[in-house]
Amino acid sequence: MNDTRSLVLARTRDLALLPALILLLVIGAVGNDNFLHRDNLLNVLSASSALGLLVLAEAMILISGNMDLSLESIAGLAPALGLMVVIPASSAGFGTELPTWFGLLVIPLTGALIGVVNGLLIVKLQLNGFIVTLAMNIVLRGVLIGMVSGKTLFDAPEAFFALGSDSWLGVPVSVWVTGLCFAVAGWALRYHRLGRAVYAVGGNAPAARAAGIRVDRVAWGVLVIGGTLAAVAGLVIAGRVGAVNANQGQGLIFTVFAAAVIGGISLRGGKGSLTGALLGVLLLGLLENLLTLAQVSSFWIQAIYGAIILVALMVARLTTGEAQV
Amino acid sequence: MNAPDPRPVAEARGITKRFGPTVALDDAGITVRSGESHALVGRNGAGKSTLVAILTGLQRPDSGTVRFDGGPAPDLADREAWQRHVACVYQHSTVFRDLTVAENLFVNRYPAGRGRAISWRRMRRAAREVLDEWGVPVDENAPAGALGVEDTKMVEIARALSRGTRFIVLDEPTAQLDSRAIERLFTHMRRLERAGVTFLFISHHLEEVYAVCRAVTVLRDARRITTAPVGELSRSDLIEAMTGEPGTAARRAALTAPPADAPLVVRVDRLSGPHFTDVSLTIRAGEAVGLTGLTGSGSHQVAEALAGLYRPDSGRIEVLGRPVRLGSVPSALAAGVGCVPRDRHYEGLVPGLSVAENATMTITDRLGRLGTISTRARNALARRAISDLDIRTDGPDQQVSGLSGGNQQKVVVARALATAPDVLVLINPTAGVDVKSKRSLLSFVDRSRAAGRAALLVSDELADLRRCDRVLVMFKGAVTHEYAAGWTDHELVASIEGVTPGDE
Repeated sequence: MNDTRSLVLARTRDLALLPALILLLVIGAVGNDNFLHRDNLLNVLSASSALGLLVLAEAMILISGNMDLSLESIAGLAPALGLMVVIPASSAGFGTELPTWFGLLVIPLTGALIGVVNGLLIVKLQLNGFIVTLAMNIVLRGVLIGMVSGKTLFDAPEAFFALGSDSWLGVPVSVWVTGLCFAVAGWALRYHRLGRAVYAVGGNAPAARAAGIRVDRVAWGVLVIGGTLAAVAGLVIAGRVGAVNANQGQGLIFTVFAAAVIGGISLRGGKGSLTGALLGVLLLGLLENLLTLAQVSSFWIQAIYGAIILVALMVARLTTGEAQV
Repeated sequence: MNAPDPRPVAEARGITKRFGPTVALDDAGITVRSGESHALVGRNGAGKSTLVAILTGLQRPDSGTVRFDGGPAPDLADREAWQRHVACVYQHSTVFRDLTVAENLFVNRYPAGRGRAISWRRMRRAAREVLDEWGVPVDENAPAGALGVEDTKMVEIARALSRGTRFIVLDEPTAQLDSRAIERLFTHMRRLERAGVTFLFISHHLEEVYAVCRAVTVLRDARRITTAPVGELSRSDLIEAMTGEPGTAARRAALTAPPADAPLVVRVDRLSGPHFTDVSLTIRAGEAVGLTGLTGSGSHQVAEALAGLYRPDSGRIEVLGRPVRLGSVPSALAAGVGCVPRDRHYEGLVPGLSVAENATMTITDRLGRLGTISTRARNALARRAISDLDIRTDGPDQQVSGLSGGNQQKVVVARALATAPDVLVLINPTAGVDVKSKRSLLSFVDRSRAAGRAALLVSDELADLRRCDRVLVMFKGAVTHEYAAGWTDHELVASIEGVTPGDE
């Protein structure tokens, strides 16, 4: 009986954002007739799916006790690279004109490879993860800018944009993919030994090592998975926009951290659930939608968005009762 | 000997201090005469640290008085007044490693120049004067972190002296020093003593007490046993005072030893590493072997090497005849070694996870198919561990951080036992747990002997070691003595401290 009670408690902590989410839905419904319309809600979901994948990646990395600031640049660089090996030189490609499937393969591989390099620097060389991924972020952004040299890549095979623009059973493919990723990762983090190892490593690495967990492999593996997910998120963004330019993903990392922390992921590692992270994403997605529907001046939307994130952090702090350090 | 100064430089009388149910000091006291370096000795838990904390004004005694130079001690809140009377140089240095020696000497009381800005020139000059006055051969512009342990201690002493303190507590100052550095430190101490500085010297190495102190106070079980001039207390008497057991005490009855033909489970052969050299030992099935030694003797590292937590440079470890990869926990686990690490907060537990998860962390590959974890299987195992080890908890899902120290330690034991190991390595398993948990944790060594396991128990508590069939003593990285069950406290402590009994 005691077990079930503490389980319920743990669950409620995961769902701490639900009241806030419902409040937003009510405000939206009262304020705007179109808000609860199926199209609008699907629009919120599909607009949030790239952020969702990035938050999923960052949440797992944070739980493992690391952080990765370079995810936003991976989301820009990886799809650009995939496109440029395929499209002709006349459309700003490399001119290699490799087959489309190869280009599509290059995208997740790029993300994974950057994760491998980050892991090498953080896990093997024991460099500070914050500064390593900050520098990596700048490097990757710089490479992207240099590669496309001011052009926009849009003249690409349909397949590249399918993930971000097609629908399946009336729901955008990106929403299916993001939902599936959350479901698989959420299940693994809860019911698979590797997932539990991520929590153990982030919660107390020496204790995890003493219990026979291969701490380095777990931390490194999570960085690689995170990089791969960020690359897929980049493909989603490319599909929604129908193009890739040098700014893709820029500045997104702050929103990613905000959503993760609002969702109860601890910056110190070992704590938080993907349910919470997903609710954090949905909260920010709804918020952005509401601000747009309310026709807030686009010059002010950023300030308001930031202020609301601060309020959300304070509310999350009060409802969970835990310090977010 | 000088005529005793009528006013002791520091005096504590009738001090009693309780922490919850434990009595740390029971009507204890010490009188340190000016210019007469004084040793404070006692086994771990005898109350030395508490007495130092009270003498330095970090803790308030429940009853009793502290006096300096004949006057009452200042109020606990008035740190500056305390600092004028007494300073403590702890075993772990308290210097700012990235600041210069000069700045370390004057932190928070920087000499001001014009306009109250810090005058670096005046600070450096003042630092040089202090260092010269007390004969500390250190460059005032060097970063403190670049100094050796010995020079760091001297800078800390100079810092105290420059504040006007003439009574300095040295807490195990020699623990990290080699013998030549110790000799140099002693030379400094004798010189400062002649210049009017009085030391209270805490050490586990009794020889050092004889080398540098004039008086000694012995604490045992929270009480002061004796205070005497060093010259009037033989080594044998000193150890007797520490253990409460005369050197000639009757030996205790031996445990029922495992049969001599019990199979050899552990064979450690010529293991060497940074902390120990050429250590060999064997453990039979059903045998509990104790391993003990001072901090820094290498006993912890030998045990950690057996559990894969420490990578030795050379040597060989075999469990049940099969070699184990050195420095690999997974390999040690697979070979059948379970370990209770030395510090449950550091290597024992993941505080944010549940009792069940912590208790089964070593066997996550056995809780379901293809690496999945069945909550039901996990909780069933955890419930069994909870009842077997009598762990007080709300249930398997409770966060382990919510448990008491003793119960947390039992969860660590459960984690070690989950693999059904043939070898159990326990490092300081009873450190920081209450008496009742201590008893049930130790009963576990008995049970594991009965179950035919090999056990290696590292401890510096005699009560723990008494559970063992044999006790190995390490001193400075080598196994120096081996005792069969039935040893006396006196002989064991003497060999732990590196003193030859009868050596007067």
